[in-house]
Amino acid sequence: MSEPTLHPGIAPAPAFISVEALYKSFDDTMVLKNINFTMKQGDLVSIIGASGCGKSTLLRCMNFLETLDSGTVSIAGVSVHRANLDTPFDSTLAEAARKLRSKVGMVFQSLNLFPHKTILDNITLAPIIVNGMARAAAEEEAMALLKRVGLQDFAKRYPANLSGGQAQRAAIARALAMSPKVMLYDEPTSALDPALVDDVLNIMRDLNKEGMTQIVVTHEMRFAREASDYIIFMENGEIVEISDEDEIFEHPKDIRTRKFLGHFL
Amino acid sequence: MPFCRYLLAAKWSIAIMLAILLSFGTNQAYANSTASLRWGADANSGAPYVFADPADLSHRIGFEEDIVNAIAQDMHLTPIFVQNNWDSLIPGLQRGLYDVAINGLEITPEHQAVVDFSIPYYTTFEQLVVQRQNARITSLHDLAGLRVGTLKASLAQRILQNYGKADIKTYDVAINAYTDLENGRLDAVLMDAPIAIYYAAPRHDLKFVSGQIGVIQYGIAVAKGNPKLVSQLNAAIEDIIRSGQLHSILQRWNLWNDMTAAQTGDHTTSATPPTSYTAFIQATGTAANHNSKLARYIGFLPLLGRGALMTLEISVLGMAIAVSLGLVLALCRGYMPFPLKTLAGCYVECIRGTPLLIQILFIFYALPDIGVKLDPFLAGMLALGLNYAAYEAENYRAGLQAIPKGQMEAATALNMTKIQSLRYIIVPQAVRIVIPTITNDFISLLKDSSLVSVITMVELTQVYMQLSTTYYDYLVPGIMVACTYLLMGFPFILLARWTERHLAVELDHPMARKRIAPGPGPH
Repeated sequence: MSEPTLHPGIAPAPAFISVEALYKSFDDTMVLKNINFTMKQGDLVSIIGASGCGKSTLLRCMNFLETLDSGTVSIAGVSVHRANLDTPFDSTLAEAARKLRSKVGMVFQSLNLFPHKTILDNITLAPIIVNGMARAAAEEEAMALLKRVGLQDFAKRYPANLSGGQAQRAAIARALAMSPKVMLYDEPTSALDPALVDDVLNIMRDLNKEGMTQIVVTHEMRFAREASDYIIFMENGEIVEISDEDEIFEHPKDIRTRKFLGHFL
Repeated sequence: MPFCRYLLAAKWSIAIMLAILLSFGTNQAYANSTASLRWGADANSGAPYVFADPADLSHRIGFEEDIVNAIAQDMHLTPIFVQNNWDSLIPGLQRGLYDVAINGLEITPEHQAVVDFSIPYYTTFEQLVVQRQNARITSLHDLAGLRVGTLKASLAQRILQNYGKADIKTYDVAINAYTDLENGRLDAVLMDAPIAIYYAAPRHDLKFVSGQIGVIQYGIAVAKGNPKLVSQLNAAIEDIIRSGQLHSILQRWNLWNDMTAAQTGDHTTSATPPTSYTAFIQATGTAANHNSKLARYIGFLPLLGRGALMTLEISVLGMAIAVSLGLVLALCRGYMPFPLKTLAGCYVECIRGTPLLIQILFIFYALPDIGVKLDPFLAGMLALGLNYAAYEAENYRAGLQAIPKGQMEAATALNMTKIQSLRYIIVPQAVRIVIPTITNDFISLLKDSSLVSVITMVELTQVYMQLSTTYYDYLVPGIMVACTYLLMGFPFILLARWTERHLAVELDHPMARKRIAPGPGPH
């Protein structure tokens, strides 16, 4: 596809996030083909598409949980480029990926809280051991974050004693504790009881208001439409359409988008 | 933090190992003092050679003990006893564990090929023993087609092999052969006369037949290349023959015979009564009443206690090595690149694929050839630790694999390094999973530690061997030793149950259990 035009009519500002010519394959299966898009600071973007379309892999490539075959990922001034599959993922590249990761917080579908640590320790561990923060300062900050996600009374609990929604909010607090410039959410609500989904989405709405740049892979079409600045629709490892949130629901350009959204509307 | 505690345990075990290594330098038995005569023997080889005094088990007696004392006194040396398995007496001598070996070692060409001998200190013969009512067997020539018991690798075995027609059954422990003879599992037993005098003669159902068979000469074994020590020993033996000391020792033990008289040229008759023999027969006699038997069993307790302490010490330290090294191996195997990964894999498979007994013997007897000379305790502890490390590595591997992949990803997403992720996230969870298994393995190790008795360690099983061979009593000491093992293992069984219950609850992760519903739509 051609270079996407975002927010028609507005001249493209220096991109806060840009993904260029990203390719990724597992063994012989190409799962991401020539992915290109840019984002401004403070945008909330939803990535939608059928299961297996590559949307989670794209998200995981953006903080190098998956090593991309080739392409460039730039986030908040840190750029990592891999020329092709033969480029070894050496220490230089690994160091660049690590630097990039320091700008990015990630929240997983399966939560992945550390079950052997209290909620407070879950949040303070990385700031202390990765960023070298003093424990007292880290705990103070963690308590502020817990308050913000409404879990101030749960600091000393273990993850096993939290509901799914509470645990996912704790996971968001844990990611925020590393002061990321961008938050990535990989289907953050699909493992949750429907009644608890809004607690999580509300936090994302609040973060959006505060100017956090966020990308969410989601099946929550209502949230995607109402909260996103724009939506990326993917199919078969390709971006089919990038569009304004109302536009894509009201007037999907591509027949594939129309077909996919037809299941929900 | 459990992992810190874990590291602490690892640090402790290293500190303890170092302490043992250092103390090993000052270990008396290994100090090469010119004023001492370190003599090797097996205190479990039974009466009348060297054995635990039935009247006081902490006390070692035997006609060879008396001879060593007399010789050492003559040489102005302090005798220092070094326990070693009878089978390993000659390797131990070559390895320098002691200066001389005195324990019914026959002067034969085979032995002389590997060690030097003093002049004999005793000459005796093989004695044929049969059931009292057996009238058919009167000599060696009546044994055709019959089952004949003897001691492994003895002159008696060779005599029987030369005879060629008997069905030879070899034993490690003399008593077992006589018991089998009594029970009809054997038709005859051929063994050195001193053994027959002590273990067959007191049995009413057995009798001596035939005359003196063969000639056995016991000599003091010395490592090759020490003619000076051999001639000093010869001089000392001649001294105690001349002074009549040897005669009276052998008389006291009821062992003096015409062959020894001929060998020493001492044809006098001694008035010394066989006091040591009588004391042995009285102490081990089956006629003892219940009260004195009870007193005897109570007398076993301190010996059992010491054996149990040794077993526990070597097991705990061995396990400390196993859990530390096992973790390193599992991490190398699971997370490290090529050379380390492969090496760790090879280690685990090699250790698991070979018997622990071989490993123990190898570490103790083979490593000195390449300059690594270890104290028996250290060798036993290392062998157990290195062996169990392979099994613990597999336990950890299972534990590590049981940790969901998402845990590592979450740690990576928080920008932890691989080492940090392992140390703070993966390993602590894996350790909790494997603690019950490790505790169970400790109970196995406690039992396997009995194998270190082959390298001179007097632990619980060795105590059982001592007690049973001394008293002819396998039943009660056996039950007592079994109970001691159970008592030692019991707290760990409880610990395993407890950890299984409590850690399982803590790790029961409701989110991990919750299955992810595929593709829920908007509401």
